[in-house]
Amino acid sequence: MARARRTRAVPPAYLLIAPSVVFMALLLGWPMVSGILQAFVGPDGVTGAYLQRMNSDPAFWSAVRNTLLLIVVLLPLQFLFALVMAFLLQARPKGHALYFYLWAIPLAVSDLAAGLVWLSIFTDRGYLNSVLETLGLGSVSWLSYENYGSMFVAILIAELWRATSLVLVIVISGMQGIPKDYDEAANVFGASYLQRLRHVWLPLLKPSLQVALILRTILAFQTFAVAQALTGQDFPVLVGETYRWYTALQNPHVASAIAMVVMAVSMVTAVIYLKTLRDSTKGAS
Amino acid sequence: MAEITIQNLVKTYPGQTERATDDVSLHVDDGEFMVLLGPSGCGKTTLLRMVAGLELPDAGSVHIGGRDVTYLPPNKRNLSMVFQSYAVFPHRRVRHNIGFGLAMAKVPKAEIEKKVAWAADLLQLGPYLDRYPAQLSGGQRQRVAVARAIVMDADVLLMDEPLSNLDALLRLGFRAELKRIVEQIGTTTLYVTHDQVEALSLGDRIAVMRTGQVAQLGRPIEVYDHPSDTFVGGFIGSPPMNFLDAMAHGGVDGGVDGGTITVGDAKLPAPGGLPDGPVRLGIRAEAISVVDAHTEGAVPAMVDVVEPLGAATLLTVRVGEQEVKVQVPPDVNVRNGQTVHLSLTPRAMRLYDAETGLGLDLR
Ligand SMILES: Nc1ncnc2c1ncn2[C@@H]1O[C@H](COP(=O)(O)OP(=O)(O)OP(=O)(O)O)[C@@H](O)[C@H]1O
Ligand SMILES: [Mg+2]
Repeated sequence: MARARRTRAVPPAYLLIAPSVVFMALLLGWPMVSGILQAFVGPDGVTGAYLQRMNSDPAFWSAVRNTLLLIVVLLPLQFLFALVMAFLLQARPKGHALYFYLWAIPLAVSDLAAGLVWLSIFTDRGYLNSVLETLGLGSVSWLSYENYGSMFVAILIAELWRATSLVLVIVISGMQGIPKDYDEAANVFGASYLQRLRHVWLPLLKPSLQVALILRTILAFQTFAVAQALTGQDFPVLVGETYRWYTALQNPHVASAIAMVVMAVSMVTAVIYLKTLRDSTKGAS
Repeated sequence: MAEITIQNLVKTYPGQTERATDDVSLHVDDGEFMVLLGPSGCGKTTLLRMVAGLELPDAGSVHIGGRDVTYLPPNKRNLSMVFQSYAVFPHRRVRHNIGFGLAMAKVPKAEIEKKVAWAADLLQLGPYLDRYPAQLSGGQRQRVAVARAIVMDADVLLMDEPLSNLDALLRLGFRAELKRIVEQIGTTTLYVTHDQVEALSLGDRIAVMRTGQVAQLGRPIEVYDHPSDTFVGGFIGSPPMNFLDAMAHGGVDGGVDGGTITVGDAKLPAPGGLPDGPVRLGIRAEAISVVDAHTEGAVPAMVDVVEPLGAATLLTVRVGEQEVKVQVPPDVNVRNGQTVHLSLTPRAMRLYDAETGLGLDLR
């Protein structure tokens, strides 16, 4: 304020970004501050009690494990699928525009709806079991807490279906920005298709892959609705835990503490990605 | 090392009505340096891309070293190419760009390094080997593209305007260097340019192209001295060939003792066998000299512009209504507005059909 008064005229650039700064402050900054306050300030002032409470809850650590496991298995699969799909589309088979729209549809489906769709498939009297029974193979309780493996795979498949299209769309838009000269040059110089993928396309797609990776990792830390719809609390995930503490256990402080953990981990990952995957080709020496 | 045989290549780009190449046939001998020369948009790049396999022809065939490669993918053709757009990989350092083809062919590292160093030295890229293309100037990037092409032991070297972005001095130096390298490695080369000086100085033969067709094919001196039509004459040479409207008189007995040509008021001796009627007389600027008014057959002209070029002086003069370029020694003293008399060297005169522009072969 004092500074603005000293310089007689506010530079137009600041005026122009002011609305979005206000917007960000209200929508992101304030909830973040109030979240931090809620997580670390109790009735008797600053306290680590809520963090301790979170830490001593066994469900928290299984949520951490589940979330990490999901990320570690899901993300590589997702990127593999998205890349394969993108390169298939790039070969321009008949009807490639249709395939693209088909593959992009999940992008428009809300995660809860996606969870419900897959619930209707995996539930005890769902489509999958009816098919198995028709084939005389008997039915399986895919989503029972006793079958941790099948529960995990069901969530994995649902998440793969739901969120791979985001990666696909980012990769394809990145691809479209790459002139075909590079591929042609590599081709002329004797590079096979696989060599071209490895030495031309993937390196050139790196910026897009980086964006997709950051987005997907952050979003994966927030996986919730699909797991909730498919398994309820049987497969706890981090954001599911904040929800449980907030609603079932009526403790917004611990809920905020978990949310802070998710935020911190997301930020650290994003910074690590940005540092390690930084595009060195344009930097000064 | 291989010969290239191009037969009746036709290519129309999708959505286009005009043919980019129209029934082009061309044979390039093993080890020959063939230059494709022509104005912008005449189909040079298209032809080159079909030889490379980057574009499939609608009809016709391409053989390299006796092998039909018309529908073979580029990576199976053992080629090397300089792209008009350079296509230098932005994510690879200069040294890895130059060594790209060798690395793909799994050549041992030490050998790649040796060749990269050789090419970098030749193209004065030594200081930039560890930079990324984004950190280079346009001309430097183009040299990387050339270096990447010449390190390959390819059957055929394709170059699409590889010197277009170099400064005049570098271009002159590198033109000679390129000629030496290509003679040394003896690779069959197809070289695209729209710079006719480059074409004349580099080519074993020149194929002059025009709207998708080869207008003339021949050794540089042939193409320069005997343009097959007014298009080629007007395209090659700096300044281009002069063309004058003239009247031909065949002379007695179909011109056993020679006919005459009338330009304006001047009567010039001409080879025999000419049909009577209008023709276009083509003559190079350096085949015209300024002479005494009394010289027989001298054509009077008015000086319009005087351009001293150092080694010679270029005059733009008017013969009647027609503009003519004349190259005279630098010590000839003429001024604007002065009337001079021109003598046309009879041996250097070429005659063309007034309507089609095609050469009248009288030799
Ligand atoms: N991808 C394309 N799609 C449609 N038309 C094209 C395409 N590429 C070239 N053409 C057309 O084909 C003709 C020949 O083009 P080409 O690139 O072979 O010319 P060029 O002789 O190499 O010209 P320049 O000297 O300007 O490079 C031009 O009329 C051009 O507009
Ligand atoms: Mg071109």
